[in-house]
Amino acid sequence: MYCLARALNLIATNGTRFNVQKVAACGIHHTFAQQGSQSTARYEDKPEFPGSRSRYVHKLEFLDPDSQEGIPVYRVLNREGTIIDESQDPKLSRAIVEKMYHDMTLLNTMDRVLYESQRQGRISFYMTNYGEEGTHVGSAAALDSKDLIFGQYREAGVLMWRGYTLDQFMNQCYGNQNDLGKGRQMPVHYGSRDLNFVTISSPLATQMPQASGAAYALKLQQKGLVAICFFGEGAASEGDAHAALNFAAVLDCPIIFFCRNNGYAISTPTKDQYRGDGIAARGRGYGIPTVRVDGNDVFAVYNATKAARDICLTQNRPVLIEAMTYRIGHHSTSDDSSAYRSVDEVSYWDQQDNPITRLRHFMVLQKWWNDDAEQNWKMESRKMVMKAFAEAEGRKKPSPDSMFHDVYTDMHPSLKEQMQAMKKHVTEHKEHYPLEQYDKMT
Amino acid sequence: MSQCGRMKRSEQNKLIWRKRFVGTTAVRSVHFSYVPDTPDPKHGSTTRMNLFQSITSALDVCLGKDPTAVIFGEDVAFGGVFRCTVGLRDKYGEARVFNSPLSEQGIVAFGIGMAIAGSTAIAEIQFADYIFPAFDQLRNEAAMFRYRTGNQFDCGRLTVRAPCMAVGHGALYHSQSVEAFFGHCPGLKVVIPRGPIQAKGLLLSCIRDENPCIFFEPKILYRAAIEEVPTGDYELPLSKASVLLEGSDVTLIGWGTQVHVLREVAAMAQDKLNVSCELIDLCTILPWDKDTVLASAAKTGRVLISHEAPVTMGFGAELAATIQSECFLNLEAPIERVCGYDTPFPHVFEPFYMPDKWRCLEAVKRLVNF
Repeated sequence: MYCLARALNLIATNGTRFNVQKVAACGIHHTFAQQGSQSTARYEDKPEFPGSRSRYVHKLEFLDPDSQEGIPVYRVLNREGTIIDESQDPKLSRAIVEKMYHDMTLLNTMDRVLYESQRQGRISFYMTNYGEEGTHVGSAAALDSKDLIFGQYREAGVLMWRGYTLDQFMNQCYGNQNDLGKGRQMPVHYGSRDLNFVTISSPLATQMPQASGAAYALKLQQKGLVAICFFGEGAASEGDAHAALNFAAVLDCPIIFFCRNNGYAISTPTKDQYRGDGIAARGRGYGIPTVRVDGNDVFAVYNATKAARDICLTQNRPVLIEAMTYRIGHHSTSDDSSAYRSVDEVSYWDQQDNPITRLRHFMVLQKWWNDDAEQNWKMESRKMVMKAFAEAEGRKKPSPDSMFHDVYTDMHPSLKEQMQAMKKHVTEHKEHYPLEQYDKMT
Repeated sequence: MSQCGRMKRSEQNKLIWRKRFVGTTAVRSVHFSYVPDTPDPKHGSTTRMNLFQSITSALDVCLGKDPTAVIFGEDVAFGGVFRCTVGLRDKYGEARVFNSPLSEQGIVAFGIGMAIAGSTAIAEIQFADYIFPAFDQLRNEAAMFRYRTGNQFDCGRLTVRAPCMAVGHGALYHSQSVEAFFGHCPGLKVVIPRGPIQAKGLLLSCIRDENPCIFFEPKILYRAAIEEVPTGDYELPLSKASVLLEGSDVTLIGWGTQVHVLREVAAMAQDKLNVSCELIDLCTILPWDKDTVLASAAKTGRVLISHEAPVTMGFGAELAATIQSECFLNLEAPIERVCGYDTPFPHVFEPFYMPDKWRCLEAVKRLVNF
């Protein structure tokens, strides 16, 4: 923000004048003047402006982004599951690939169950991950398990990869007494200290400059860890996205910015979101190494993330990955996406270019997977999800007085008074409050 | 060369400060007179410091003892536009004292992130007037971090420092008192010192407190307030108000610069009206010290609250409402609030805008004559 004080000379030392005097005292000013008078011509060949590094041109020409081709999309697997260029095969073990597939499909099964449960009014809200499962497990698999993750809200597959259990997902959505977040946030606002996944919050893009700061701290700690920050292409329009990218570049932060560009921010298509070449094209402007990948290709995502992590650690700088994908599901359970896009468009992506299907093709070609295995896993995963679902639904919610904890480390006297007042009131008027659904008040 | 440069620079500084100080006192009439505090002998040896030097001293103590601590913000590397970080980069290195790009939302968020990852983050916002781009990060993120994660993550190691309040000619965007906006944000601590001793002790408490703190520094006191400040490490308690003068007729409550205005008001009330005033420095805006305030209000039965910020929804409203409900039977007169008017902070009209000692004295008269 423009600070008039620097020019106004309030009560502080005037920055400008101070600088000039300091320079004069060091003799630099003098030297500079001398050089200038001796060979003025020398400076005309090369601009000396402190704000840029470039050359002079003598014809007026505007850089027109529309005249440039878009940044290409990196891809490893084609839609039939074949590796296009053998040199790009990450050569992942069967166990890793199977875990990728299991996690993507398990997430898909959980999404279906929880989406339906919201339709039935059993949980208040839900957001599915349809079509973006590949971006989650592809990136998560390429990280160290201690790398610190900052997400937006559509990255449940990353948590699943790290070992967040079905129980934990369900407990959070139900806000029951086993929820790590103690029932305070809306569903899908997951987080886990044990898994180094920073708890999700609703305000978009706020996590981005936070992740830059965390990455700076990780650099100072010298533990060889990076931060990764997920965000959608809509969130990238927030001011915080600008701050995050610029701070990370200027302060040399080991962070991977991972943009899920799925074509929509709720109802807003990308043509109403930006006019440049997506998010990736912004990377260069900030001085950040950048790549655009096929987000429905789990191997392309894996390779890009793994290489990005190396750049972060060896060069101490941020990397930007833009994963192109498509949001197959509605934005959330509060949204009916047929109001702003066609069913045909959605089914194209669901049927023709889906990350799960593509990985299955690959596995079948490797003879690592077949219809029987698919059938068995479908039944088994559904059983696991339903079991966790029923158990989470059966648990009580936390005690109402836990509403007052963790505002501060210690409850200050006024807040304690408010807690006592709430307990007294609720106890005197218990017939008006759903106490039976909650753990006992202390 | 560099050593030569450093020596010259410090001499330059002294020269500039001396000139500036003489110059400013000559042209600017300060609307209060500063009465130095007495250092607590328990806190060890002292040296003469103004407010900005005591801030530097606190930051120095912190960086010296906490290897994870970092300081960043706009222009902090060369010493800060108010000289609060002079010498720290030379002493602790550029990885720990560094300039940020010019973006307040970025600065606060960066600090939150560092705190989450286990570092002590001391962020500077150049003027409190410019903290609003970071309001979302402070209100929706910093304040709620521990709560919404179920105490899995927190940013308690974050402290945000910002110069605040009137400076004589700062107009709309170099004069604001913004504490009430943050007083409405559960999870934050908001602290404002009245002088160098207090600034150092409270700032060290803020930095080490396990909750995110905003520390507002009255910028007019940076040079005007000079006293003997303990050179070592000491902390002063948060959420604890100070009774600076004991009295029996009227309770005066203020914070920051306004405490000094109210001290003069107390003296004038004694001289001119034979009224005994009790003066309270609230020190911490959130969570505030109810016990001290209510005990005094119950004793005197008459209360004047004064702050520079606009009156409507200012923090005085919170104090007045609480005193009214807790001390209803003790009150002998309606609670008076003498504050800034409900206008933006003006340039040439500052003398008429300020809740100065004459406006406050009139309020004391109304209180005792009610």
